Amino acid sequence: MPVDRATVLKIASLARIEVPEGELDKLASELSNILGWVEQLDAVDTDGVPPMASVINVARRPRADVVNDGGIRDKILANAPDAHDGYFTVPKVIE
Amino acid sequence: MPGPTELTDLTIASARELLDGGSISARELAEAHIAAVENIRPLNAYMAETPDRALADADASDARRKAGQAGLLEGIPVAIKDLFCTDGILSTASSKILEGFKPTYESTVTANMWREGAVMLGKTNMDEFAMGSSNETSIYGPVENPWRRDGDNRPLVPGGSSGGSAAAVAARACLAATGTDTGGSIRQPAAFCGIVGFKPTYGRCSRWGVIAFASSLDQAGPMTRSVRDAAIMLRAMAGFDAKDSTSVDLAVPDFEAVLDQGVKGLRIGIPREYRVDGMSDEIRALWDQGLDWLKDAGAVPVDVSLPHSASALPAYYIIAPAEASSNLARYDGVRYGRRVDGDDLTQMYSRTRGEGFGAEVRRRILIGAYVLSAGYYDAYYLKAQKVRALIARDFDQAFENCDVLLAPTTPFEAFPIGEMIGDPLSMYLNDVMCVPASLAGLPAVSVPAGLSKSGLPLGLQLIGRPFDEETLFRAAQVMEQSSGFDGKPGLRGA
Repeated sequence: MPVDRATVLKIASLARIEVPEGELDKLASELSNILGWVEQLDAVDTDGVPPMASVINVARRPRADVVNDGGIRDKILANAPDAHDGYFTVPKVIE
Repeated sequence: MPGPTELTDLTIASARELLDGGSISARELAEAHIAAVENIRPLNAYMAETPDRALADADASDARRKAGQAGLLEGIPVAIKDLFCTDGILSTASSKILEGFKPTYESTVTANMWREGAVMLGKTNMDEFAMGSSNETSIYGPVENPWRRDGDNRPLVPGGSSGGSAAAVAARACLAATGTDTGGSIRQPAAFCGIVGFKPTYGRCSRWGVIAFASSLDQAGPMTRSVRDAAIMLRAMAGFDAKDSTSVDLAVPDFEAVLDQGVKGLRIGIPREYRVDGMSDEIRALWDQGLDWLKDAGAVPVDVSLPHSASALPAYYIIAPAEASSNLARYDGVRYGRRVDGDDLTQMYSRTRGEGFGAEVRRRILIGAYVLSAGYYDAYYLKAQKVRALIARDFDQAFENCDVLLAPTTPFEAFPIGEMIGDPLSMYLNDVMCVPASLAGLPAVSVPAGLSKSGLPLGLQLIGRPFDEETLFRAAQVMEQSSGFDGKPGLRGA
């Protein structure tokens, strides 16, 4: 299905990626080409085939439900672009 | 004592012998490699060099060896793909959005390697978030292949996404490097650079601390200059890890111990659908040659069919972007990495991600968001997962009649930088013969098999049953011995 500018804007907004106005047409055409190409899968008969849910058929083993981490606040904040007083910061959300 | 060229030209196995015999020290080996890393800077293979760390590792290694505590990679200088988180050392997936990121933890695979005595030379350049087949999407700029065509000085791509690792290994600027493979990112660059690249079974190596691209496909593996080295290194990298829920709790075999068991009686499947359009005549001829080598060693050829092969690449380009769009949602400019301010939270997210992701990553996130969005999920994502199940079933059925599959790694040889980057769909074709095994989670290895007419290395690929890396190593060893490949690129570190 061809992707138009409005669709690019919509999915870019879903993906939280700002796309400059000047790149919309090019992106629309690139995405249309890729989606048009993957649509060849429509020709594959998948009736009654369950979608793959697990790559390797090995039973997962549950882990013990215990606290095994923690107390590393400074490590967690070490790479924050703007940390204050032991917290991550974000722009004001509530007026 | 051997000179620097001899030191950087060793394999893991031959270095181990010299280190064990005491004729060289880990420090001497590290110093020779640190110089080689500097000498190959024009290739742009490393995005972070860690010479001080290498010397400290080497000294500690010499002390351990003296104390009789040598590990599997004791004193071996290695490079680590920029996708692995390494404690206190730049780990950026070669993306602007992770600019300056220095993790406060260590990936399980690299931790395993340090425990086994490996010496760290630095981190290697790669396609941004491992999305690419030419190492041209990196924020650090393209990596050059150390090989050039005969009589043609244009710089060539090393393949991708583990292009820096492949170039560094081929150029003698490390004895081995880690790679990761989502849809061919170990095998294709290994083929383009004339080295061995081994993707183990999904679940063999822990993904913990490896920056995620497509979690149901990503798998770490060794990139080396010999099959034996890959066997040594994979043993050190692999193993169960409770921190990765898809890590498999199976004993790690001594892969090196089975290397010389040969292929007598082994059934080699030739998947007829891999004779794709666009495959060069010389790659077809090399494929036939590879089969002859295995036959001469006592293996039995079997014609097999993998009927859904042609659907693998389009299925991959639904599944991998879908997983990527989900995995890369974490880069929001709040907890780590780059932030671009905005008037409100949503604008901060959008600007951070708009500026932080490069063109190919953005394209794949958008494709992923599209195929997962309401109204399209069934038509694209669910359909692709059904096709994926059929592809896995094809392999299951083929392995009823054969033990190993043989195919080329790539449909063509390394190409000039800039030649394909403007055409995403053509670029995707690089991985047409690597992607099916990835979708099925199977182990696969690329072995250098010869040189093309223009003087570039070509690789052949072996694909095995789940967790049967041992049979793959046996066949790969025969291929390596029969091909007698000893080509070296023109651009080397020493």
